[in-house]
Amino acid sequence: MRFTKDHEWISVDGDIATVGITAYAADQLGDVVFVEVPDVGKTVKKGDSLAVVESVKAASDVYAPISGEVVESNGELSGAPETVNAAPEAGGWFAKVKLADTSEVDALMDRAAYEAFLGTL
Amino acid sequence: MSEADLKKTPLYDAHVAAGARMVPFAGYSMPVQYKDGVLKEHLWTREHAGLFDVSHMGQARLRGVAPLAAFEEITPGDYIGLKPGKQRYSMLLNKKGGIIDDLMAARPDDDGLFVVVNGACKDGDYAHMESEIGGQVKIERLEDRALLALQGPEAVAVLSAHAPAVAQMVFMDATVMEMFGVTAIVSRSGYTGEDGYEISVPAADAERIWNTLLQDERVRPIGLGARDSLRLEAGLPLYGHDLDETTSPVEGGLNFALSKKRREAGDFPGAARIQKELAEGPSRIRVGLKVEGAPAREGAEIADADGKVVGVITSGGFSPTLGYPIALGFVPPALAEVGIRLNVIVRGRTQVAEVVPTPFVPNRYVRKI
Repeated sequence: MRFTKDHEWISVDGDIATVGITAYAADQLGDVVFVEVPDVGKTVKKGDSLAVVESVKAASDVYAPISGEVVESNGELSGAPETVNAAPEAGGWFAKVKLADTSEVDALMDRAAYEAFLGTL
Repeated sequence: MSEADLKKTPLYDAHVAAGARMVPFAGYSMPVQYKDGVLKEHLWTREHAGLFDVSHMGQARLRGVAPLAAFEEITPGDYIGLKPGKQRYSMLLNKKGGIIDDLMAARPDDDGLFVVVNGACKDGDYAHMESEIGGQVKIERLEDRALLALQGPEAVAVLSAHAPAVAQMVFMDATVMEMFGVTAIVSRSGYTGEDGYEISVPAADAERIWNTLLQDERVRPIGLGARDSLRLEAGLPLYGHDLDETTSPVEGGLNFALSKKRREAGDFPGAARIQKELAEGPSRIRVGLKVEGAPAREGAEIADADGKVVGVITSGGFSPTLGYPIALGFVPPALAEVGIRLNVIVRGRTQVAEVVPTPFVPNRYVRKI
């Protein structure tokens, strides 16, 4: 897994990256009550809004950590948005993105670096 | 405003100790939620009793030769006719009939009026009162008092264990009584749609009283996040969002706060506009909406069936009690009938929103013992 300073994670299998938010982000958001996942076929650039996660109080964007085309989105979340809180780094994933540029992955933090970053917040 | 500039209520340390997430609100550092989170805190209040710190709100005494008559000069409520022991919801109006702030004013005793105003508006409210009626009344800010709200179906059982007389109060009663060894100003009211009380106590005693109430297992501390979702479900407008200086009481759906006598007399600020709107209908009116899909929040546009923008959402979110998004917004009266299907635009997408009655969740005010 790789991580961003905006608290997204990606898990790469071949040229497909699964994207979600970290346990830290899920905890900060509070109870997730609605998730908007991207349509399959949508192309995103690194830093674009990929998904929207809503708590009771507020809507928050989830930014694409990498560029590419959405090849699958997590439809399960529409009926069970609380999965984002219960399993943020597993069943609470938002989308799978076919990487446009695999070198973007190298720029992201590994878990040790991310945890060190969390320690500075 | 930086963290250091934020004011603290007398309960700040208690909030931090309880693990609250503190946020800037109305110039204060306030708890938006505790460890349970907004959803659980909301549901706890609906089922048991939630304890809120609302000490950021403004508390004042209006005293003078004829404070009730003076207060009628700046509000549309019937205050000369307000009986001792009662409280009324009203609002300060500007000369154009717009709402400067909404407020609660009570006669808890024979000592003039006890007024509670919104925290974000209080300095402006007091300046307005001073300039309009300062020659007739003395406005005494009660800076040395804290304000707690105990809300929910078990609030009466919890509070009457400490002060049995509160069980005899009904909705919108207000009185002064000894409680927790202090002189408290208590009203049976709140802003959650639940039965409950607001309790004004000396600041120095606030933390002790807060902790005493929390020793009861039916009581949990509840943050501003759940306070907002509770008041939204109750269909109650929030000043600065659903109401502002351009909104009239008629547009805001607050006709109940315009007494018959005052409507006829037309002796309050902006009466010409308000009487005209009462007679002919306003150009826009506040409605409740049940939203399908993503929550429609403040600022989202409301469109008719043809896609024409007809209004705007002024507050909205997810209803924890109902399990779907709800919102308040303004639309032309022709589109305000219950059952009319409108649209809301959320992040560029059009979603269905149906006009529904408010309160969204039935209120549980105790009107008779």
